[in-house]
Amino acid sequence: MAELLQLLTPEGERLHNDEIDLQVSGEELRGLFRDMVLVRRLDTEAHALQRQGELGLWPPLLGQEAAQVGAGRALHPDDFVFPTYREHGVAWCRGVDPVRLLALFRGVTHGGYDPAEYNFALPTIVIGDQTLHAVGYAMGMQRDGAAAAVMSFFGDGASSQGDVNEAFVWAAVHDAPVVFFCQNNQWAISQPLSRQTRIPLYRRAEGFGFPGIRVDGNDVLAVLAVTRWALARARAGQGPSLIEAFTYRMGAHTTSDDPTRYRVEEELEQWRLKDPIERVRAYLLRSGAADAAFVTELEREADALAQRLREQCRALPDPPAQEMFTHVYSEPHALVTAESAWWEEYLGDD
Amino acid sequence: MTELLTLAGALNRALADAMQADSTVLMMGEDVGRLGGVFRVTDGLHATFGDARVIDTPLSESGIIGTAIGLAMRGFRPVCEIQFDGFVFPAVDQITTQLAKHHFRSDGRTRLPITIRIPFGGGIGAVEHHSESIEAYFTHTAGLRVVSPSHARDGYQMLRQAIDCDDPVIFLEPKRRYWDKAEVGSVSEGLFQARIVRAGSDATLLCYGPMVRTCLEAAGVADEEDQVSLEVIDLRSLSPLDLDTIFDSVRRTGHCVVVHEAPVFGGLGAELAARVQQECFFDLEAPVLRVGAPHAPYPPSKLERFYLPDVNRILDAVDTVRGM
Repeated sequence: MAELLQLLTPEGERLHNDEIDLQVSGEELRGLFRDMVLVRRLDTEAHALQRQGELGLWPPLLGQEAAQVGAGRALHPDDFVFPTYREHGVAWCRGVDPVRLLALFRGVTHGGYDPAEYNFALPTIVIGDQTLHAVGYAMGMQRDGAAAAVMSFFGDGASSQGDVNEAFVWAAVHDAPVVFFCQNNQWAISQPLSRQTRIPLYRRAEGFGFPGIRVDGNDVLAVLAVTRWALARARAGQGPSLIEAFTYRMGAHTTSDDPTRYRVEEELEQWRLKDPIERVRAYLLRSGAADAAFVTELEREADALAQRLREQCRALPDPPAQEMFTHVYSEPHALVTAESAWWEEYLGDD
Repeated sequence: MTELLTLAGALNRALADAMQADSTVLMMGEDVGRLGGVFRVTDGLHATFGDARVIDTPLSESGIIGTAIGLAMRGFRPVCEIQFDGFVFPAVDQITTQLAKHHFRSDGRTRLPITIRIPFGGGIGAVEHHSESIEAYFTHTAGLRVVSPSHARDGYQMLRQAIDCDDPVIFLEPKRRYWDKAEVGSVSEGLFQARIVRAGSDATLLCYGPMVRTCLEAAGVADEEDQVSLEVIDLRSLSPLDLDTIFDSVRRTGHCVVVHEAPVFGGLGAELAARVQQECFFDLEAPVLRVGAPHAPYPPSKLERFYLPDVNRILDAVDTVRGM
C-alpha cells in the first residue's frame, strides 16, 4: 500500500485503491459534505463566542473536519468513542448537540452530556489518558460478548505519552477491539512532529504487533474507508489497529495560543491548498452529485446553526454554588457534607 | 464464626466471596493470577474464576488503573492490586486526574466503582520503594475514599464493603500485619466508621493500619508499668474521617497523640491535630502531638527500626502530653 492512502485528491479527483476502497452514493457524499460544512461553521462560531467573552477557551478543529467526520461516520451506534477536547466533529457525528460542548468551555460544567446516551465519553484533557480507558472499555466488550468496537482519539503529541504506549501494549496482548485514531495535525501547541518522533507514527504500530496505516486526513473518503476497515476488523475479533490521519491544525492550539510565534505562513498556505471541504465541493459539483442550490441551502443551514448556538450558549445558566459539592462522591462523604453546609450558610449571608 | 485467619487469608476470602456474589467483579494486577500475588492475597482466584475475571496484567501500573476505568464504564467492578506502595506512582495520574474526578466531571452520571488494593507501610526488611506510607497523597484528593484495616476481621468485611461501594476506594493493606491471625466474624461498623479498640481515660491514641497493633502494645505497657489508661482508636477510614468518635474521646481524655508510619510533616496527623484542636480546644490539657517518621526517605532496612514509630516513642509522646 502507498505511504498515504488517498481516495480524493486535493483537486477533487477520485482515486481507487486495491486494498481499502469505498463505494459512496451521491447522498452519502452530500451527507459528508454537509457534516463538514456544519462542523466548520460551529467551530468558527465557537471561536467567535470565545472572542466575545462568552467562552473561556475554545480549541479549534479548523482543518481537521475530514479526519473527524470520516472517522465519526464510520462508527456504528453501539461502538464507543473516547475523544480528546478537540473532537467537535466526532461529537457532531455521535449526535451530541454542540451547545453541550460549549457548556464545558463556558465553564458551567466539566462534562455536559451523558456518555451512555451517545456512546461518546466525556473529553479527556490530560493528554493521552483516554487511550487506556478505551482499551479497558474494549476489554469489557470482549467480556460481555458485544460485537462492537471502541475508538480512541489522540494526537501526535500524545503519541509520546507513556499511557498511549501502555494502551498499545494492553490492546495488543489482549487483542482488544479498539481502533487507535491519531490525528497527526503536525503540531503539539508549539512543538512540531519532529519533537515527537523519528519515524512516521503509523509505523509505531508494527513494534506493538498490530497494523498501522497512514491516511490522508484531509480526505474524508479515505478516512471513512480506512476507519470502516479498522472497526470491522476489531468487531470481528481481529484486534487493534492504529490509524494515523495525516492532517494539519490550521488554527491555534486553543484561543489562548499564538501560532505566529512558532510557525511560518508558507506552511499554512500549502495546507490551504489541501482543504478537506473544497475538494469534496469540487468533486460534488463536477460529478453532478450536488448543484449550486444545494450548496447555497447548506450555507443557510450553517448560518441558522450558528445563530442557534450563539443564542443557546448565551442563555446557559451559571450553576448554583452547591454544584461544587453535589457530585464529588456518589454517596454521602462526611467532610463534603460538612463543608457543603458551611458554604451554604456562608454564602447565604451575602 | 470463630475461625482464625491471617489478614492475607481474610482478604483472599473476601475477594473470592465478592467474585462469587457478583459476576461483574474482576481482579486485575501484576502476578495476581497464576502466582496468586506476591503476598498470595489472590491465591486460588485464577483457578476458580479464570482468565477473563482474574487478569494477569502487563507490568504497567498506569495501565492497570486506566483500563480499570474503562472496564468500570462498561459496567464492571474491578479490584486492582498495586503490587507495592512505592509502585503506585506511575498510576497516580490516572488515579487523581481521572478516577477521582470522573463522577464529578460527569455531573454524577458515571460511577467508577473501583477498589485499589495496595500493600503499604514498612517493617518487613524490604528494599527501597517497598515500605512507603502513601495515604496522604490520596486523602488529599477529593473523589477518593481511603480505608485501611488493621486485622483480619476488619480486612474481610472492609474489603467486601469497599468492593460494594460505588465510589473509588483506595484500600491500604498493612503488609507487616498480613500474617497476623484474628477471629473472622461479623463487624458492626460501617466502612467509614472508627472503632475504639481499647477504652481508656488518660489520653487518646489515634492510629490506623499497621500502627493499631503497636498502639495497643503501648497501651498495655502504659497500663502495666505506669497505671496510665490509654484509649486507642482505630480510624479504619482515612477519607472520610469519623471525627465524632475522635472528638468524643479527646473531650473525655483531654490528651491526644496521633501515630502513623508516614512522615509527620504534611501527613494525616497534621489534619487530625488541626481538627482536634479546633473542635476540642477547651477540653485539651496539652497540645496534640504527632508520632511518625522524620522528613527523610524510607531508610535501608537496617535503619527502619529507628524510623518507624515504636512503643517507646509512643509512650514518650504520651508522657509529654501528660506533662510527665
